Amino acid sequence: MPAFVLLTVMTALRILHRNRLRAGLTMLGIVIGVGAVIAMVSIGQGARAAVQAQVASMGTNVIVIMPGSTTVSGVRGGQGGAVTLTINDAAELKKRSPLLSDTGWAKRDVMQIVNGNRNWNGPVNGVSPSYLTIRDWSFTSGGPFTQADMESAARVALIGQTTLENLFDPGEEAMGATIRIKNVPFHIVGVLAPKGQSAQGTDQDDVIFIPFTTAERKVFGSQFLGSVGALFASTEQSADLPEAVEHIRETLRARHRLGPDQADDFTIRTQVDIGKVQEGTSQTLTVMLFAIASVSLLVGGIGIMNILLVSVTERTKEIGVRMAVGAKRIHILTQFLIEAMTLSLFGGMIGVIVGIAGAQLTTVIAGWPTMISVDAILTAFLFSLAVGLFFGLYPANKAARLNPIEALRYE
Amino acid sequence: MAPLILCEDLWKIYRIGDVEVPALRGINLTIDRGEFVAVMGTSGSGKSTLMNLLGCLDQPSRGRYHLDGLDVSTAKPDLLADLRNRQIGFVFQNFNLIPRTSALENAQLPLFYRGVSIKEQRRQAAAALQRVGLAGREQHYPAQLSGGQQQRVAIARALVGAPSILFADEPTGNLDTASSREIMDILEHLNREDGITIILVTHEPDIAGYASRELVMKDGQIVQDVRRAPHLSAVT
Repeated sequence: MPAFVLLTVMTALRILHRNRLRAGLTMLGIVIGVGAVIAMVSIGQGARAAVQAQVASMGTNVIVIMPGSTTVSGVRGGQGGAVTLTINDAAELKKRSPLLSDTGWAKRDVMQIVNGNRNWNGPVNGVSPSYLTIRDWSFTSGGPFTQADMESAARVALIGQTTLENLFDPGEEAMGATIRIKNVPFHIVGVLAPKGQSAQGTDQDDVIFIPFTTAERKVFGSQFLGSVGALFASTEQSADLPEAVEHIRETLRARHRLGPDQADDFTIRTQVDIGKVQEGTSQTLTVMLFAIASVSLLVGGIGIMNILLVSVTERTKEIGVRMAVGAKRIHILTQFLIEAMTLSLFGGMIGVIVGIAGAQLTTVIAGWPTMISVDAILTAFLFSLAVGLFFGLYPANKAARLNPIEALRYE
Repeated sequence: MAPLILCEDLWKIYRIGDVEVPALRGINLTIDRGEFVAVMGTSGSGKSTLMNLLGCLDQPSRGRYHLDGLDVSTAKPDLLADLRNRQIGFVFQNFNLIPRTSALENAQLPLFYRGVSIKEQRRQAAAALQRVGLAGREQHYPAQLSGGQQQRVAIARALVGAPSILFADEPTGNLDTASSREIMDILEHLNREDGITIILVTHEPDIAGYASRELVMKDGQIVQDVRRAPHLSAVT
């Protein structure tokens, strides 16, 4: 049997080589099907990886607590509109929940920032020092401000890459420079490393961080001292996130004296929630891909069946001769199945190459990130083989059931 | 020992629409090992149908056919294929070589289906080609060979599996006189030197002259069965 299979594969290759154009056209459906799957999965996975990087850029195991609520209908001030969260909430959270490794807070406003003769309108964040640790901000030069800066409401600032580019000439040293925010002079003590886009699509590097106390007392002019724009918390383990969220909810509801029938006056979000939205998007994409791939592979399979039926008719006499010298039905069946699978496998291989090339081209031309998926390649490959087997079965069976005398007499 | 071929009241009836057309009407025939039989008759006399039955390509509607002691009248298709592969060799009028496939590979074909190793297939096929005088032509395609050479490839293919019977259906029908004589000389040699039973269908008396026994068919029956000394110089 091994000798038979080997020689049959060789024969199949020779027949395909002889009918190159016909074989090529037949394979086209499979090539397009497999190529589309691989290219699209690569693009989809690239997009997903980019999103995951964005989600990760939030920091590790971060919980964001925003004032106000988005879950209840009726006229509301919008998320973050209410001033229900305070510094004291943050301190209390850390005390109550052992799962929280750290808590921080931030308040933001868009302000005019001036450096010499250049100015820029951008977000200014008053934050606790712990906020920088929770969000995993790193520095290209300098470093974070300290608890002492916080207590003394020092006029020190950290600057993001985008803001830096807009306020300073190329090559100009930002470290130690003085900028003015709402006419208050600030010393730059740290330049932040770039983080890129957030999961919501905003530029995270367009930012200035100053100590929360300084912001409250000297820049924003808050009505309620200690009220924050958002609270941040982190856990050591990502598995602790759901439980930590429940701790936070219970603590805040108790502190805010919310009755059992009252809705939360805050919203808690984790990276997991943000990731879920993205997952929904990529699932839609996957379903679409599956539809495209199924249709192309179906069309490709019909093409293979068609060409094999032609081949069986053309080679009726040959089949008769093979039967006369002792080929059993299984031999004839195997021969045509191997031809079908060779066609679809070649189509699959070319499709893989086309798919990878297509993905690379997308990266070069459109600038989209792509990731070649080995799983997708293997699946597409196995699928094309299955298509060959399935659609080859009918013509192969037709050949195997020929009557040897009639086949020999066929002209 | 049982005769190689034993037919008892063999019938083949074709059904065309509602009409039954008997192609063979009660054939009784015994052929022993080593015989060289010529089957003659006009077209439509049933000689091709008889060949197909004896060659295990078809099965009788009625009656018994014993091949080498084995009743094959009701055998399954796979057993028939196996018998064709091991016991029988065919030589056809129009050669029936597989196109664009080398002489060697054509000659290998029966061994290919027997599951012999590729090396052994090649060795035996090359030996068979040598026996029919085609050494050195192993890699030629059928289209590159003359009619006589193509028929010799077909004979090599028929005898590569060391069959006990060789069926030749008008083997010289498409050949000129010189080639015909070459082919008949090879068949005659295979019969006399190697003891292969040969059953030859022809309508040419001088080709039939090579045989030691002559059957004449008419209307699906054997009407004449004579044994005689072959006159070897028939085609001079």
